[in-house]
Amino acid sequence: MKPLFSLVMLALLATLSLRLAPLLQPGEELGQVAAHYASQGLVDNRGSNLVTSVVVNYRGFDTLGEVVVLFLSVTGIGFVLRRRQGLVLPAPVPASELVRTGSYLLLAPVLLFGAYIFIHGHLTPGGGFQGGAVVASAVLMMLLANRDRHLPHGLLSWIESLSGFAYVLVGFVGLFAAGSFLANRVPLGQWGDLFSAGLIPVIYVLIGLKVGTELSALLDQMTHSAEPEVKREGSR
Amino acid sequence: MEFVTLYSAAAIALILVGLAGVLIKRNLIKMALGFSLLGTGANILIVTLGYVRGATAPIVDSPALLEDAGSLVVKQGAVMDPVPQALVLTAIVIGVGVTGLMLATIVRLYANTKTLDVNALTRLKW
Repeated sequence: MKPLFSLVMLALLATLSLRLAPLLQPGEELGQVAAHYASQGLVDNRGSNLVTSVVVNYRGFDTLGEVVVLFLSVTGIGFVLRRRQGLVLPAPVPASELVRTGSYLLLAPVLLFGAYIFIHGHLTPGGGFQGGAVVASAVLMMLLANRDRHLPHGLLSWIESLSGFAYVLVGFVGLFAAGSFLANRVPLGQWGDLFSAGLIPVIYVLIGLKVGTELSALLDQMTHSAEPEVKREGSR
Repeated sequence: MEFVTLYSAAAIALILVGLAGVLIKRNLIKMALGFSLLGTGANILIVTLGYVRGATAPIVDSPALLEDAGSLVVKQGAVMDPVPQALVLTAIVIGVGVTGLMLATIVRLYANTKTLDVNALTRLKW
Protein backbone atom coordinates (compact mmCIF):
# COMPACT_ATOMS: atom_id res chain seq x y z
CA MET A 1 0.00 0.00 0.00
CA LYS A 2 2.68 2.45 1.03
CA PRO A 3 4.91 1.92 -2.05
CA LEU A 4 1.89 2.45 -4.30
CA PHE A 5 1.10 5.73 -2.55
CA SER A 6 4.75 6.81 -2.86
CA LEU A 7 4.78 5.96 -6.56
CA VAL A 8 1.63 8.00 -7.15
CA MET A 9 3.17 10.96 -5.32
CA LEU A 10 6.39 10.62 -7.34
CA ALA A 11 4.45 10.47 -10.60
CA LEU A 12 2.58 13.63 -9.62
CA LEU A 13 5.85 15.37 -8.76
CA ALA A 14 7.44 14.20 -12.02
CA THR A 15 4.61 15.58 -14.16
CA LEU A 16 4.69 18.83 -12.19
CA SER A 17 8.43 19.28 -12.65
CA LEU A 18 8.16 18.35 -16.33
CA ARG A 19 5.69 21.20 -16.70
CA LEU A 20 7.97 23.55 -14.76
CA ALA A 21 11.23 22.56 -16.47
CA PRO A 22 10.77 24.75 -19.59
CA LEU A 23 10.54 27.78 -17.29
CA LEU A 24 14.14 27.25 -16.17
CA GLN A 25 15.78 29.31 -18.87
CA PRO A 26 19.31 30.71 -18.58
CA GLY A 27 19.38 34.42 -17.87
CA GLU A 28 20.78 36.98 -20.27
CA GLU A 29 22.25 39.14 -17.53
CA LEU A 30 22.87 38.96 -13.79
CA GLY A 31 20.71 40.33 -11.02
CA GLN A 32 21.73 43.49 -9.17
CA VAL A 33 23.73 41.99 -6.30
CA ALA A 34 25.28 39.27 -8.46
CA ALA A 35 26.24 41.86 -11.08
CA HIS A 36 28.02 43.88 -8.40
CA TYR A 37 29.83 40.80 -7.07
CA ALA A 38 30.83 39.76 -10.60
CA SER A 39 32.02 43.14 -11.88
CA GLN A 40 33.51 44.62 -8.70
CA GLY A 41 34.90 41.43 -7.14
CA LEU A 42 38.31 41.95 -8.68
CA VAL A 43 38.37 45.64 -7.72
CA ASP A 44 37.40 44.95 -4.11
CA ASN A 45 39.48 41.83 -3.45
CA ARG A 46 42.04 41.25 -6.27
CA GLY A 47 41.25 37.55 -6.15
CA SER A 48 40.81 35.93 -9.57
CA ASN A 49 38.25 33.43 -8.30
CA LEU A 50 35.04 35.41 -7.89
CA VAL A 51 33.29 32.54 -6.10
CA THR A 52 36.00 32.67 -3.44
CA SER A 53 35.60 36.40 -3.04
CA VAL A 54 31.86 35.87 -2.50
CA VAL A 55 32.38 32.99 -0.06
CA VAL A 56 35.22 34.47 1.98
CA ASN A 57 34.72 38.22 1.73
CA TYR A 58 31.21 39.35 0.81
CA ARG A 59 29.61 36.46 2.67
CA GLY A 60 32.52 35.80 5.03
CA PHE A 61 30.35 35.88 8.13
CA ASP A 62 28.07 33.20 6.63
CA THR A 63 31.13 31.07 5.98
CA LEU A 64 32.08 31.38 9.64
CA GLY A 65 28.61 30.05 10.41
CA GLU A 66 29.12 27.24 7.90
CA VAL A 67 32.37 26.24 9.59
CA VAL A 68 30.49 26.18 12.89
CA VAL A 69 27.77 23.97 11.39
CA LEU A 70 30.38 21.51 10.10
CA PHE A 71 32.05 21.52 13.51
CA LEU A 72 28.70 20.84 15.20
CA SER A 73 27.85 17.94 12.91
CA VAL A 74 31.28 16.38 13.45
CA THR A 75 30.82 16.83 17.20
CA GLY A 76 27.40 15.22 16.90
CA ILE A 77 28.87 12.23 15.07
CA GLY A 78 31.53 11.90 17.76
CA PHE A 79 28.81 11.99 20.39
CA VAL A 80 26.67 9.37 18.62
CA LEU A 81 29.59 7.00 17.98
CA ARG A 82 31.23 7.49 21.38
CA ARG A 83 29.73 4.43 23.00
CA ARG A 84 31.04 1.35 21.27
CA GLN A 85 28.99 -1.34 22.97
CA GLY A 86 26.93 -3.53 20.67
CA LEU A 87 29.08 -2.77 17.66
CA VAL A 88 30.83 -6.08 17.12
CA LEU A 89 31.65 -6.57 13.45
CA PRO A 90 33.83 -9.32 11.97
CA ALA A 91 37.51 -8.39 12.01
CA PRO A 92 38.48 -6.57 8.80
CA VAL A 93 40.58 -8.47 6.30
CA PRO A 94 44.06 -6.88 6.39
CA ALA A 95 44.99 -5.06 3.20
CA SER A 96 47.57 -6.64 0.92
CA GLU A 97 51.19 -5.52 0.80
CA LEU A 98 50.54 -3.84 -2.55
CA VAL A 99 47.68 -1.71 -1.24
CA ARG A 100 49.61 -0.71 1.87
CA THR A 101 52.75 0.27 -0.01
CA GLY A 102 50.65 2.15 -2.55
CA SER A 103 48.89 4.06 0.21
CA TYR A 104 52.23 5.14 1.71
CA LEU A 105 53.44 6.15 -1.75
CA LEU A 106 50.33 8.22 -2.49
CA LEU A 107 49.85 9.78 0.94
CA ALA A 108 52.34 12.64 0.53
CA PRO A 109 51.33 13.66 -3.04
CA VAL A 110 47.62 13.66 -2.17
CA LEU A 111 48.22 15.71 1.01
CA LEU A 112 50.34 18.12 -1.04
CA PHE A 113 47.60 18.39 -3.67
CA GLY A 114 45.07 19.22 -0.95
CA ALA A 115 47.36 21.92 0.42
CA TYR A 116 47.85 23.25 -3.12
CA ILE A 117 44.09 23.50 -3.58
CA PHE A 118 43.49 25.49 -0.42
CA ILE A 119 46.54 27.73 -0.83
CA HIS A 120 45.48 28.65 -4.39
CA GLY A 121 41.80 29.05 -3.51
CA HIS A 122 41.75 32.70 -4.58
CA LEU A 123 43.36 32.01 -7.98
CA THR A 124 42.03 28.71 -9.30
CA PRO A 125 38.90 26.62 -8.77
CA GLY A 126 39.01 25.24 -5.26
CA GLY A 127 39.49 26.56 -1.78
CA GLY A 128 39.55 25.63 1.86
CA PHE A 129 36.62 23.25 1.91
CA GLN A 130 37.68 21.41 -1.24
CA GLY A 131 41.33 21.22 -0.19
CA GLY A 132 40.31 20.02 3.26
CA ALA A 133 38.22 17.28 1.65
CA VAL A 134 41.23 16.16 -0.46
CA VAL A 135 43.43 16.07 2.66
CA ALA A 136 40.79 13.99 4.42
CA SER A 137 40.60 11.63 1.44
CA ALA A 138 44.35 11.00 1.77
CA VAL A 139 43.79 10.18 5.44
CA LEU A 140 40.88 7.89 4.55
CA MET A 141 43.05 5.98 2.06
CA MET A 142 45.71 5.56 4.74
CA LEU A 143 43.17 4.40 7.32
CA LEU A 144 41.55 1.89 4.97
CA ALA A 145 44.88 0.39 3.95
CA ASN A 146 46.16 0.20 7.54
CA ARG A 147 43.22 -0.67 9.75
CA ASP A 148 45.25 -0.78 12.95
CA ARG A 149 46.55 2.78 12.55
CA HIS A 150 45.25 5.55 14.77
CA LEU A 151 45.56 9.26 14.21
CA PRO A 152 47.00 11.57 16.90
CA HIS A 153 43.70 12.99 18.14
CA GLY A 154 45.30 15.52 20.47
CA LEU A 155 47.34 17.12 17.69
CA LEU A 156 44.39 17.14 15.28
CA SER A 157 42.06 18.83 17.72
CA TRP A 158 44.74 21.40 18.56
CA ILE A 159 45.22 22.30 14.87
CA GLU A 160 41.46 22.41 14.40
CA SER A 161 40.78 24.62 17.42
CA LEU A 162 43.67 26.98 16.69
CA SER A 163 42.69 27.49 13.05
CA GLY A 164 39.06 28.10 14.00
CA PHE A 165 40.20 30.60 16.64
CA ALA A 166 42.56 32.29 14.15
CA TYR A 167 39.67 32.69 11.68
CA VAL A 168 37.79 34.76 14.27
CA LEU A 169 40.97 36.74 15.06
CA VAL A 170 41.40 37.54 11.35
CA GLY A 171 37.82 38.77 11.42
CA PHE A 172 38.76 41.17 14.21
CA VAL A 173 41.61 42.53 12.03
CA GLY A 174 38.91 43.74 9.66
CA LEU A 175 36.91 45.12 12.56
CA PHE A 176 39.80 47.30 13.75
CA ALA A 177 41.16 48.23 10.30
CA ALA A 178 37.91 49.04 8.51
CA GLY A 179 35.20 49.02 11.15
CA SER A 180 33.47 45.89 9.92
CA PHE A 181 33.98 42.25 10.91
CA LEU A 182 36.01 40.24 8.32
CA ALA A 183 36.52 43.30 6.10
CA ASN A 184 39.34 42.90 3.58
CA ARG A 185 41.16 46.21 4.13
CA VAL A 186 44.81 45.18 4.09
CA PRO A 187 47.30 45.66 1.22
CA LEU A 188 45.71 43.62 -1.56
CA GLY A 189 48.71 43.03 -3.83
CA GLN A 190 48.78 42.39 -7.55
CA TRP A 191 45.89 40.58 -9.25
CA GLY A 192 46.84 36.98 -10.11
CA ASP A 193 49.79 36.68 -7.70
CA LEU A 194 49.96 34.00 -5.03
CA PHE A 195 50.34 36.69 -2.34
CA SER A 196 47.33 38.76 -3.29
CA ALA A 197 43.69 39.23 -2.36
CA GLY A 198 44.53 40.40 1.18
CA LEU A 199 43.04 38.21 3.90
CA ILE A 200 41.25 35.78 1.58
CA PRO A 201 44.09 33.24 1.20
CA VAL A 202 44.84 33.49 4.93
CA ILE A 203 41.24 32.66 5.79
CA TYR A 204 41.06 29.89 3.19
CA VAL A 205 44.25 28.25 4.47
CA LEU A 206 42.79 28.34 7.99
CA ILE A 207 39.52 26.84 6.72
CA GLY A 208 41.46 24.18 4.80
CA LEU A 209 43.40 23.18 7.92
CA LYS A 210 40.25 23.14 10.01
CA VAL A 211 38.15 21.13 7.55
CA GLY A 212 40.99 18.71 6.81
CA THR A 213 41.72 17.91 10.46
CA GLU A 214 38.03 17.83 11.35
CA LEU A 215 37.12 15.36 8.60
CA SER A 216 40.24 13.27 9.32
CA ALA A 217 39.30 12.93 12.97
CA LEU A 218 35.78 12.03 11.88
CA LEU A 219 37.01 9.34 9.48
CA ASP A 220 39.28 7.91 12.16
CA GLN A 221 36.33 7.75 14.52
CA MET A 222 34.13 6.07 11.91
CA THR A 223 36.67 3.45 10.75
CA HIS A 224 37.42 2.49 14.34
CA SER A 225 33.87 2.68 15.62
CA ALA A 226 33.39 -1.09 15.77
CA GLU A 227 36.32 -1.96 17.99
CA PRO A 228 36.01 -2.78 21.66
CA GLU A 229 37.30 -0.07 24.00
CA VAL A 230 40.06 -2.17 25.54
CA LYS A 231 41.81 -3.03 22.29
CA ARG A 232 41.75 0.60 21.22
CA GLU A 233 43.53 1.76 24.35
CA GLY A 234 46.13 -0.96 24.01
CA SER A 235 47.05 -0.27 20.38
CA ARG A 236 47.77 3.43 20.82
CA MET B 1 17.73 21.09 -27.21
CA GLU B 2 19.93 23.47 -25.33
CA PHE B 3 22.40 21.89 -22.95
CA VAL B 4 21.08 23.93 -20.03
CA THR B 5 17.72 22.22 -20.43
CA LEU B 6 19.57 18.91 -20.40
CA TYR B 7 21.31 19.88 -17.16
CA SER B 8 18.13 20.93 -15.40
CA ALA B 9 16.32 17.82 -16.67
CA ALA B 10 19.13 15.64 -15.30
CA ALA B 11 19.01 17.52 -11.99
CA ILE B 12 15.25 17.02 -11.71
CA ALA B 13 15.68 13.33 -12.60
CA LEU B 14 18.30 12.98 -9.83
CA ILE B 15 15.98 14.67 -7.34
CA LEU B 16 13.17 12.28 -8.29
CA VAL B 17 15.42 9.22 -8.07
CA GLY B 18 16.62 10.35 -4.65
CA LEU B 19 13.08 10.96 -3.46
CA ALA B 20 12.02 7.55 -4.77
CA GLY B 21 14.88 5.99 -2.83
CA VAL B 22 13.85 7.76 0.36
CA LEU B 23 10.18 6.85 -0.03
CA ILE B 24 10.33 3.30 -1.38
CA LYS B 25 13.48 1.69 -0.03
CA ARG B 26 13.31 0.16 3.43
CA ASN B 27 17.03 -0.25 4.05
CA LEU B 28 18.26 2.72 6.07
CA ILE B 29 21.58 2.98 4.21
CA LYS B 30 19.77 3.05 0.86
CA MET B 31 17.55 5.79 2.25
CA ALA B 32 20.66 7.77 3.22
CA LEU B 33 21.94 7.30 -0.34
CA GLY B 34 18.60 8.62 -1.57
CA PHE B 35 19.00 11.75 0.56
CA SER B 36 22.49 12.27 -0.90
CA LEU B 37 21.17 11.94 -4.46
CA LEU B 38 18.38 14.38 -3.64
CA GLY B 39 20.88 16.92 -2.38
CA THR B 40 23.16 16.46 -5.40
CA GLY B 41 20.26 17.02 -7.76
CA ALA B 42 19.23 20.19 -5.95
CA ASN B 43 22.83 21.46 -6.09
CA ILE B 44 23.10 20.84 -9.85
CA LEU B 45 19.77 22.61 -10.37
CA ILE B 46 20.92 25.68 -8.40
CA VAL B 47 24.23 25.91 -10.27
CA THR B 48 22.40 25.55 -13.59
CA LEU B 49 20.14 28.47 -12.65
CA GLY B 50 23.23 30.69 -12.39
CA TYR B 51 24.15 30.10 -16.03
CA VAL B 52 24.35 33.18 -18.24
CA ARG B 53 24.28 32.68 -22.00
CA GLY B 54 27.72 33.05 -23.58
CA ALA B 55 29.49 33.60 -20.26
CA THR B 56 32.42 31.69 -18.77
CA ALA B 57 33.12 30.43 -15.25
CA PRO B 58 33.49 33.20 -12.63
CA ILE B 59 37.28 32.97 -12.53
CA VAL B 60 39.07 35.94 -14.01
CA ASP B 61 42.13 34.25 -15.45
CA SER B 62 42.74 36.43 -18.52
CA PRO B 63 42.65 40.20 -19.18
CA ALA B 64 40.16 39.52 -21.99
CA LEU B 65 37.41 39.34 -19.36
CA LEU B 66 38.15 42.86 -18.09
CA GLU B 67 36.47 46.01 -19.33
CA ASP B 68 39.85 47.57 -20.17
CA ALA B 69 43.39 46.69 -19.20
CA GLY B 70 43.81 49.23 -16.37
CA SER B 71 40.47 49.15 -14.59
CA LEU B 72 40.03 45.66 -13.01
CA VAL B 73 36.27 45.93 -13.64
CA VAL B 74 34.95 42.68 -15.11
CA LYS B 75 32.93 43.02 -18.31
CA GLN B 76 29.15 42.87 -18.10
CA GLY B 77 27.91 39.39 -19.07
CA ALA B 78 31.42 37.92 -19.30
CA VAL B 79 31.13 35.64 -16.28
CA MET B 80 28.34 33.57 -14.78
CA ASP B 81 26.58 34.24 -11.51
CA PRO B 82 29.04 33.48 -8.66
CA VAL B 83 26.36 33.58 -5.96
CA PRO B 84 24.63 30.20 -6.67
CA GLN B 85 28.05 28.57 -6.90
CA ALA B 86 29.05 29.97 -3.52
CA LEU B 87 25.70 28.84 -2.14
CA VAL B 88 26.17 25.31 -3.50
CA LEU B 89 29.69 25.19 -2.05
CA THR B 90 28.10 25.81 1.34
CA ALA B 91 25.35 23.29 0.65
CA ILE B 92 27.84 20.55 -0.30
CA VAL B 93 29.80 21.06 2.93
CA ILE B 94 26.66 20.99 5.05
CA GLY B 95 25.53 17.93 3.06
CA VAL B 96 28.71 16.09 4.06
CA GLY B 97 28.01 16.87 7.71
CA VAL B 98 24.38 15.79 7.44
CA THR B 99 25.23 12.56 5.62
CA GLY B 100 27.88 11.74 8.20
CA LEU B 101 25.49 12.34 11.08
CA MET B 102 22.83 10.26 9.31
CA LEU B 103 25.22 7.33 8.82
CA ALA B 104 26.48 7.56 12.40
CA THR B 105 22.90 7.41 13.65
CA ILE B 106 22.28 4.38 11.41
CA VAL B 107 25.37 2.67 12.87
CA ARG B 108 24.04 3.31 16.39
CA LEU B 109 20.55 2.10 15.44
CA TYR B 110 21.99 -1.10 13.98
CA ALA B 111 24.04 -1.67 17.13
CA ASN B 112 20.95 -1.32 19.29
CA THR B 113 18.34 -3.11 17.17
CA LYS B 114 20.40 -5.41 14.86
CA THR B 115 18.28 -4.40 11.89
CA LEU B 116 18.48 -1.89 9.06
CA ASP B 117 14.85 -2.33 8.00
CA VAL B 118 13.00 0.89 8.65
CA ASN B 119 9.68 -0.98 8.92
CA ALA B 120 11.04 -2.94 11.88
CA LEU B 121 11.77 0.25 13.83
CA THR B 122 8.29 0.79 15.19
CA ARG B 123 9.06 2.03 18.69
CA LEU B 124 8.13 5.61 17.81
CA LYS B 125 4.78 4.51 16.35
CA TRP B 126 1.62 4.51 18.36
